[in-house]
Amino acid sequence: MERYYQPEIECASREQIKAWQDERLVKQVRHVWDNVPYYRKKMEEKGLTPDDIKSTDDLYKLPFVTKADLREAYPYGLVAKPLKDCVRIQSTSGTTGKRVVAFYTQHDIDLWEDCCARAIVAAGGTDEDVCQVSYGYGLFTGGPGLNGGSHKVGCLTIPTSSGNTERQIMFIRDLNATILCCTPSYAAYIGETMKEMGLTPDQIPLKAGIFGAEAWSEAMRQDIQNTLGIKAYDIYGLTELSGPGVAFECSAQSGMHINEDHFIAEIIDPETGEVLPEGSKGELVFTSITKEAFPLLRYRTRDICMLTREKCSCGRTHVKMCKPMGRSDDMLIIRGVNVFPSQIETVLLNHGYPANYQIIVDRVKSTDTLDVQVEMTPEMFTDNLGEIDRRQKELVDGLRSMLGLAAKVTLVAPKSIVRSEGKAVRVIDKRKI
Amino acid sequence: MNIKQISVFLENKPGALYAMTGVLAQNQVDLRALSVAETKDFGIVRMIADDVYKATTVLKEAGYIHSITPVLGVAIADVPGGLNRVLQVLTDAKVNVEYMYAFLGGKKADHAYMVFRVENNEAATAALAARGIKTVEQEEMDTL
Repeated sequence: MERYYQPEIECASREQIKAWQDERLVKQVRHVWDNVPYYRKKMEEKGLTPDDIKSTDDLYKLPFVTKADLREAYPYGLVAKPLKDCVRIQSTSGTTGKRVVAFYTQHDIDLWEDCCARAIVAAGGTDEDVCQVSYGYGLFTGGPGLNGGSHKVGCLTIPTSSGNTERQIMFIRDLNATILCCTPSYAAYIGETMKEMGLTPDQIPLKAGIFGAEAWSEAMRQDIQNTLGIKAYDIYGLTELSGPGVAFECSAQSGMHINEDHFIAEIIDPETGEVLPEGSKGELVFTSITKEAFPLLRYRTRDICMLTREKCSCGRTHVKMCKPMGRSDDMLIIRGVNVFPSQIETVLLNHGYPANYQIIVDRVKSTDTLDVQVEMTPEMFTDNLGEIDRRQKELVDGLRSMLGLAAKVTLVAPKSIVRSEGKAVRVIDKRKI
Repeated sequence: MNIKQISVFLENKPGALYAMTGVLAQNQVDLRALSVAETKDFGIVRMIADDVYKATTVLKEAGYIHSITPVLGVAIADVPGGLNRVLQVLTDAKVNVEYMYAFLGGKKADHAYMVFRVENNEAATAALAARGIKTVEQEEMDTL
């Protein structure tokens, strides 16, 4: 039987959800108008006052917020509460220039943890479960979000954070962990390691996994389910909006329910900004209607997606989003980390290499790999292998500190990087997602 | 007192070396010695050619990246212990050898030749000369 964390909300009628959204949107617009000069200015530029927004039907009138706005407003420009009322920050993994820093009041954290708790219960979690959180803890929202959700459900929580796979496996086995939360690629890696250790699915106590923060395919889901002997559920979120739990999968495993009591989702045409009808493919845009410290109106996620309000077999009534099908910008998500080609270019130029490079992303044994191919130049060439090796290592270190991610650097022959119409093809993504 | 080694950057993949020797062959460049230092992804081909100017010009035109390194060409008595003697001289002179490779010395049969890349060419040449060991000149490349 399907279980819910907050059944009265998760299974509310469409009319009820619309009523909540109308009321909360109007209140939120007033809140940012009164407290965030940046928003007030953006609204004034469009000739809007809070009185123009009477319900969700007026949402389309509001200006978009983009990642560029978040960077421009860094660090406090979009904070809508006095700092004394804020209790936490979290930050995005991407490091293009300034990081995005999101602020939370205690109330914001409560609601965020509720969203994560809904995801855990939808995956079959109860207070009888042992939930191992192998997402990174710290600035990254994965660990803190699921940790809080797990507490709310009443699971015995094992905060292993990521890494040290042998220890992960030891805790799963010794403490009988039944739910695993981490990135799908890490889940696959844990699964492969267990297989190498000779463990069969029936020797692994896990029954469910909640995996997100990066794109993964149905094929990968099947693999993980088979190796670990579990049901694998997707979870979606953005630091800008709270973190994981903006949307989550239910027993139907066919798309993620967006927590519409907290977030209004729209699909727009990424070129024109026009709102597209239900069922269209386009860019996903969110408005957070309950956030106090860091409310975002019409935030453009750059994720290409589709929404459906078809009745779900699980009984939940909130709209479902499909797995993101791509990006409307050039951002890559590699091992859960946001990477922009421009960041790689900056590192190359800083190290004296020309901007003749190509980024090759692949997925080997369920783990994303990043290979940066750089064309050798007469200036960088020397007869000394040790010297070339040293420069290559410096570049690898430079990339690691810029991206927070290990990349391989390959030196290739001049003019060997494919150019189409004179323009180099910068990114080759070989992952089959 | 040294010879000019041409070092060329090549990717470590099938046909890369063949393509480069093709350029040299078409331009009638004669190689006297060659060695390849490789990593997983790329290699450095080091070679001694009869005509350095011609070799580097045609390579550059074909888009190859190269550099020129002064190295020592040493005549070694073609008898057991011949190489050992040369290395003893360099060891005594505290000259470190970075790498070395053999030379095609087919035309005069009494000596073998080797190319030495050392830290200090002058010190090495002086030490070898003092012990009667001959180093060869770039100009001798088409007569050896």
